[in-house]
Amino acid sequence: MWDYTDKVKDHFLNPRNVGEVSNASGTGEVGSLACGDALTLTFKLGADGRIEEAKFKTFGCASAIASSSALTEMVKGLTLEEAEKITNEDIAEYLGGLPKEKMHCSVMGREALEAAIANYKGVPIPMAQGELVCECFGVTDLEIKRAILESNLKTVEEVTNFTKAGGGCGNCHDRIQELILEVRKDIRGEAQAEDKPKRLTNIQKIKMIEDVLEREIRPALRKDGGDIELIDVDGDFVMVSLRGACVSCVASQTTLKDYVEKKLREQVLDTLIVEEEKA
Amino acid sequence: MSDKVIYMDNNATTRVAPEVLEAMLPYFSDLYGNPSSMHSFGGQVGGALTLAKEQVAALIGATPDELIFTSCGTESDSTAILSALQSFPEKRHIVTTRVEHPAVKNLCENIDNLTGHKHKVTQLPVNREGVLDLAKYEESLTEETAIVSVMWANNETGVIFPVKEMAEIAKSRGILFHTDAVQAVGKIPIDLQNLPIDFLSISGHKLHAAKGIGVLYVRRGTPFVPFMIGGHQEHGRRGGTENVASIIGLGRACELAGKLMQEENTRVKAMRDKLENGLLQTIPNSMLNGHKTDRLPNTTNISFEYVEGEAILLHMDRYGICASSGSACTSGSLEPSHVLRAMGVPFTAAHGSIRFSLSVYNTEDEIDLVLDKMGPIIENLRAMSPFWKSDHPGKVGSSQCKCSC
Repeated sequence: MWDYTDKVKDHFLNPRNVGEVSNASGTGEVGSLACGDALTLTFKLGADGRIEEAKFKTFGCASAIASSSALTEMVKGLTLEEAEKITNEDIAEYLGGLPKEKMHCSVMGREALEAAIANYKGVPIPMAQGELVCECFGVTDLEIKRAILESNLKTVEEVTNFTKAGGGCGNCHDRIQELILEVRKDIRGEAQAEDKPKRLTNIQKIKMIEDVLEREIRPALRKDGGDIELIDVDGDFVMVSLRGACVSCVASQTTLKDYVEKKLREQVLDTLIVEEEKA
Repeated sequence: MSDKVIYMDNNATTRVAPEVLEAMLPYFSDLYGNPSSMHSFGGQVGGALTLAKEQVAALIGATPDELIFTSCGTESDSTAILSALQSFPEKRHIVTTRVEHPAVKNLCENIDNLTGHKHKVTQLPVNREGVLDLAKYEESLTEETAIVSVMWANNETGVIFPVKEMAEIAKSRGILFHTDAVQAVGKIPIDLQNLPIDFLSISGHKLHAAKGIGVLYVRRGTPFVPFMIGGHQEHGRRGGTENVASIIGLGRACELAGKLMQEENTRVKAMRDKLENGLLQTIPNSMLNGHKTDRLPNTTNISFEYVEGEAILLHMDRYGICASSGSACTSGSLEPSHVLRAMGVPFTAAHGSIRFSLSVYNTEDEIDLVLDKMGPIIENLRAMSPFWKSDHPGKVGSSQCKCSC
């Protein structure tokens, strides 16, 4: 069960301002029935240029309904310029916080507000102008970038929690990762986040091991009259056979673990285990 | 939340029957011996375990030595499937369905990582009523197939699969057959004597025993490779000291389930039908998910269009009514239940599905109360839905939901 604050529960069970404003100045619609939540926001501007009335209709879970209700309360009495400044974090804060998996519900509120204001001004919805990244939930790169920036998001999962992008088929995960890197690079001139260790194919692994053996390990062993041969690689297990002087050397096991294995772990993969093949 | 709980979520878990608790209690206090011990203080516990195994065996028409106690249904499922793959390492094909419980579904989908080998997994589709196509099943079996794993009854819809026919087909082709029967055992009669099933999984907490106890049935003669390796318990088929109290409780629960089987299929079924018919008749735009008759007697899954499941559940919670939903929001994922999606339930309905699963502890009064409350809850939520009674196309902006939902 979700851990909702009392304020979320209150706005869910007793939602404020449900319905549609008659003769609305602006109407904003976001979400879709297919995606599980949707919100229609209508507002009426007073003679003083302030929002006189705001109402919502929402299809969605408790936090979607509570976020919508909260938003209509928050915008009342604001000028459009003031209302435009409301962020999803503000909505979540007003409600005493939302579970992180539910942050996209507050994002939906903010987007509906933007759409309603754009509708009033007769301009296209700014966020919808971007490149469509998540086809499942209709999320653009502009929306994703803004969420990354404003809520300091670092992972694809966080982006999904906040925007829903990437929560369907998952085809856009790579693109979202790119956007995260792009935005983070922009904000702090941050060096590109360290690449995750790539999964090596067996062939790549064997080639790299051979390479380290040839370049560093064999020359060192040969100095003492020994040698080493790669027999097999099975997952993390690297089977080798010691040759020459190494065969009779009492320190050969130490050489194997403290030198060969250490070198291979440093230069190939840090999970490798080197074992000697016994005849 | 209301003080009184109206519990209609018995496919999620059940209350421990008072008789079961009573049977378990001595094994938490006086009778704490280890059944493997040489002394008679421990040995007397061993005798009780033997009786419990007989009680479980009797409910499903097995012999006691064909049963292995495990920690849960999930462990039983994993053990069966991984055992079959190890018994036939040259066979790299699994046949299962798109509507399995995650215990089987996620295992099969991640099997390559566990075994280090590539496997082909066929996930059989179901139709709009959640029913499998036997012809497609037969076509899917090949020389490469190591095991078929098909649930007996679906946890979300209660739909019962033709396990007998499917097991016979597998047998005729020399393929091992596993069934996840955690929802079926105790609710419908099962007689393994007359069924060529190799593996069957049971979960204690689905039939009024404790959580943390399960059973894997392994037919005598079926090749078996243990999953938990350790001591000699269960004749070396599952290491680890027996969960004595829970096993005793499970034995008692199986005995009770056998006695209450008739009631489950008459009184409980009648209450389920009353609830289902009442909701479908009084609430417009509601529909049943799952086959009308090939179904567990206690389960009904109903969709209320244009409203969202989590919101419905939280309103029900105010009256103490406990049920489940297949909506995206209740799962923490962003897509509705994989079962409803596999059945092709339209998205107008998938997000608004509610599963009621009853037990012998429910009463007619409770059904009446739920029937009384559901209408206004749905009406109230629909009143604030932008899609209800509107010509709204159901999508806004660039959302297209090309994905599977």
